[in-house]
Amino acid sequence: MGNERYCFPTMDLLRSEPMQLVQLIIPIESAHRSISYIGDLALFQFKDLNEDKSPFQRTYASQVKRCGEMARTLRLFKEQMMKAGISPSTRSTRDDGLDLEYLEVKLAELEAELLEMNANNEKLQHTYNELIEYKLVLEKVGEFFPSAQNNAVARQRELQVQPIVEGSIDSPLLMEQETTSYPVKQIKLGYISGLVSREKSIPFERVLFRATRGNVYLKQTVVEHPILDPLSGEKVHKNVFVIFYSGERVKSKILKICDAFGANRYPFSDDLGKQFQMLTEVSGRLGELKATIDAGLLHRSTLLQTIGYQFEQWNLLLKKEKSIYHTLNMLSINVTKKCLLAEGWCPVFATNQIQKVLLRATMDCNSQVESIFQVLQTKELPPTYFCTNKFTSSFQEIVDAYGIAKYQEANPGVYTIITFPFLFAVMFGDWGHGICLLLATLYFIINEKKFSCQKLGDILEMVFGGRYIIMMMALFSIYTGLIYNEFFSIPFELFGPTAYGCRDPSCRDATTIGLIKMRDTYPFGVDPKWHGTRSELPFLNSLKMKMSILLGVSQMNLGIVLSYYNAKYFENSINTWYQFVPQMIFLNSLFGYLSLLIIVKWCCGSQADLYHVMIYMFLSPTDDLGENQLFVGQQFLQITLLLLALIAVPWMLIPKPFLLKKQHEERHRGQSYSLLYSGDDPLESKSHGIHHNHEEFEFSEVFVHQLIHTIEFVLGAVSNTASYLRLWALSLAHSELSSVFYDKVLLLAWGYNNTIVLIVGVIVFICATVGVLLVMESLSAFLHALRLHWVEFQNKFYEGDGYKFFPFSFTSLADEDGL
Amino acid sequence: MYGFEALTFNIHGGYLEAIVRGHRAGLLTTSDYNNLCQCETLDDIKMHLSATEYGPYLQNEPSPLHTTTIVEKCTLKLVDDYKHMLCQATEPLSTFLEYITYGHMIDNVVLIVTGTLHERDVQELLEKCHPLGMFDSIATLAVAQNMRELYRLVLVDTPLAPYFSECITSEDLDDMNIEIMRNTLYKAYLEDFYRFCQKLGGATAEIMSDLLAFEADRRAVNITINSIGTELTRDDRRKLYSNFGLFYPYGHEELAVCEDIDQVRAVMEKYPPYQSIFAKLSYGESQMLDKAFYEEEVKRHCLAFEQQFHYAVFFAYMRLREQEIRNLMWISECVAQNQKSRVHDSVVFIF
Repeated sequence: MGNERYCFPTMDLLRSEPMQLVQLIIPIESAHRSISYIGDLALFQFKDLNEDKSPFQRTYASQVKRCGEMARTLRLFKEQMMKAGISPSTRSTRDDGLDLEYLEVKLAELEAELLEMNANNEKLQHTYNELIEYKLVLEKVGEFFPSAQNNAVARQRELQVQPIVEGSIDSPLLMEQETTSYPVKQIKLGYISGLVSREKSIPFERVLFRATRGNVYLKQTVVEHPILDPLSGEKVHKNVFVIFYSGERVKSKILKICDAFGANRYPFSDDLGKQFQMLTEVSGRLGELKATIDAGLLHRSTLLQTIGYQFEQWNLLLKKEKSIYHTLNMLSINVTKKCLLAEGWCPVFATNQIQKVLLRATMDCNSQVESIFQVLQTKELPPTYFCTNKFTSSFQEIVDAYGIAKYQEANPGVYTIITFPFLFAVMFGDWGHGICLLLATLYFIINEKKFSCQKLGDILEMVFGGRYIIMMMALFSIYTGLIYNEFFSIPFELFGPTAYGCRDPSCRDATTIGLIKMRDTYPFGVDPKWHGTRSELPFLNSLKMKMSILLGVSQMNLGIVLSYYNAKYFENSINTWYQFVPQMIFLNSLFGYLSLLIIVKWCCGSQADLYHVMIYMFLSPTDDLGENQLFVGQQFLQITLLLLALIAVPWMLIPKPFLLKKQHEERHRGQSYSLLYSGDDPLESKSHGIHHNHEEFEFSEVFVHQLIHTIEFVLGAVSNTASYLRLWALSLAHSELSSVFYDKVLLLAWGYNNTIVLIVGVIVFICATVGVLLVMESLSAFLHALRLHWVEFQNKFYEGDGYKFFPFSFTSLADEDGL
Repeated sequence: MYGFEALTFNIHGGYLEAIVRGHRAGLLTTSDYNNLCQCETLDDIKMHLSATEYGPYLQNEPSPLHTTTIVEKCTLKLVDDYKHMLCQATEPLSTFLEYITYGHMIDNVVLIVTGTLHERDVQELLEKCHPLGMFDSIATLAVAQNMRELYRLVLVDTPLAPYFSECITSEDLDDMNIEIMRNTLYKAYLEDFYRFCQKLGGATAEIMSDLLAFEADRRAVNITINSIGTELTRDDRRKLYSNFGLFYPYGHEELAVCEDIDQVRAVMEKYPPYQSIFAKLSYGESQMLDKAFYEEEVKRHCLAFEQQFHYAVFFAYMRLREQEIRNLMWISECVAQNQKSRVHDSVVFIF
């Protein structure tokens, strides 16, 4: 048996796995490997023994730092790859020969290479961009000089003045001045040309004007396409400008202003021949540079591709190493610095596995000293760990979402596997819809392998995670759908002909009254003849309402019974006798009795009014029941039950606090004796002291707590039973909605005898069925089933104040994004 | 004084107040500083900061870190916070937020002008400027030769223009004049900010006037101490004091005639709120005065968060963050230069 447990932990879902607090003493040389093997095993939760130390004071801080540094390099690679449009290959070759030192060297080399390449590239790109700008200046300014000259010549002709036209290129622009004032002396104008970014061009012009008091002439032309700025390497809209000025002081000012505005200046010659020569020169160099840059980029992208090939593998290794060092940092280092001390939780069944793994690590490291594995005794509450598989895990998730079970407390997850889909199906009873759901979820289940390794969207991930829940829900709704005899609200005679027929052959319509029973009762579920009759609703309502109460009372009883098993397991007889028994009596004497009445009424077909019976049971228990009597001795039974219920309330309330107090006092007395007895052992007395502090007893608090608990249960018995009526309400809503869609959309469209209308009708019907009935209705039924489990069922017994077992494991690392 | 801020404040200011209070919760605490002070290398500091709000800003820095990188990245975080808040702000909060940066603007102007005077490279100077005080044509400052040009060329476009009206002289720029210009600008700025806050009214006015009064008084004391032994006349000194604050007006008369630090101390001790500043200092000591002032300032800024529905929290947060960055700079410098014994000299714990 023990051996079996070791191989396959038994699927004991009702109680969480027995855990133990374990101390590991690992020699320092095999520590890294041991932790790595334990991580592979994923069955050990380490406790942080260095909580008081800050991260960089811990033993392995430098290794963590190194990992951080490598992670940074990897981020750099990733960024560069993203920029270059290369995605890291997802399927990477497994190579276990990789170790951290090698990786560190390799990454550093690659980073240096990449950075150098980037720097070279940038330099080239810078020159390239400058040349492009230069070319633009040459073109634009080159265009603009002749046009200005033409303009000037034209105006000169207009004005009919005959000053000597100098060959200088400066003069046409100064035409106006020269024509108004006599050209007494020849002013030699200088000019500066360049590019400035467009958004800065207006302030640039303004500052130029202010600085030189308007003694410059600025001409700007827009460059249509954004160009790469040589300095920042970003795309910017720019203007080409030429500034004409006179004098050296102005020139120095202009140069400073150009610098301040980040305007790149380029020399320009007014000689046409020179211009042409420069243009060809620039174009030639541009071509050369382009080729060099392309070659560089190609080289870079091959480098990135090789990186991308191994990127994922490195990434994973790095994450693994980092988590190992983080774990190592949680261990306390011995004074001798020869071994590390680890403490943590592990399931009892994993003892052998962990010992084996530790031994393997010792062997692999050729270490002289073996690791020591020893179990510690502790008062601390162990973590809760359930061995789930892919089918049960999602149901366990439902329970965990409410609260993690206390260590070894009865786990409602076991029952949830059946009750949850069943209660869902009671509200979602339609075998047509059930089949749709089943097909959808089967698609997920069949393609499970494919879906589990790829990343899904938020909603799809949720659906995929709950695929087995949905499957169970679908199966159960097919079952309840057959009982309700609903298929998209169409009844079928699946299990033989209907039991009812017309009195005379002239009636065809089911709505006419006066059907008589002709054959045996319909063997399974609701007779299809009920559908569409006037009495359909009263009949179904009565059926579903009573069914809901029966289901509710039985589920609540199950909850109370579970509280008994908890009390028995934890050997708490007070809870058994002063909580479980009176609760059981109270619930069953009221609502158990109601359930009994319902069953009796179903069996004997009586016409008794159950409301009346229940209400007058409280108001006047001694009155005669009259025609509402269902069986002999009912009145006596009612009075007995009422008295029992009345007794159960103080039974729940009063004895438990007093008994607890007595128990505490007894324990306290015993403890003080033992304290005297072993007074000379300081360690033990200290532990007793802690023990004593832990169980401070405040009677009033316990009593108030019990009072609240009692009131909650008594009121809860009524309100929870009423709450189960939501089963009826939702099932009613579902069947009515589906019959509305069927009657008012599909049949209406059918009635028009028109293909287009029919097609539209069918499309609307499908959309409504999928959107409203399959998605929204199932969601609401899911939520209500969830509530019934969390509130009505679990509050009867579930404490849910444990904490989850969180083993150190590598499997979850791969899913995490980023570093 | 109290309006009905609680009724309407959250319509526009509620979101940003929540944001700023969230930011404040991210300020480093005493335990953080204790841990930082124990660091051995700059990498340790980086590792520690990676667990704080600075984490994302520092995580991609390659390993041989420099103090400047740390400070630069931390400042970047502050600037990002500020820009985010400014984007979301509506009037009058956006104007209020802009007012906060004018101080940096003045410092930047002075930095560039002084730098150009000593013939430094403009690009190098620009890198040293505080990013919050940047404006478009800041680099053009290098062109100006005197105050008038400075104003006419560049500053006329900036929000600082109105503050300049008092110091337009055609005097050449030299160290003394620049320093006077800085203080004149600051005076005008503080007075303007003070008036603006008064206009806002309510709790903002009340708390901000307290904070600004402290700022003004501190500047007055600093001006006095720095001008002792220089050729600045008493009247000129008197002109540099802002026209509000606890010292205004009688304290200013007395400060104007002070000739040594102990006289300043005597003047300040007449004002109860400032008595505590000198409690820890011995006579004749002026080195630790700065730290004492900073500590007092931090205390006041922290108190600003005690009240709700006012804008002073934004001012206080920006100042606290700046103080934190100063602390980080000091710690990093101490760590980098192996002067760990001096770490506690100038670190001001915020919480």
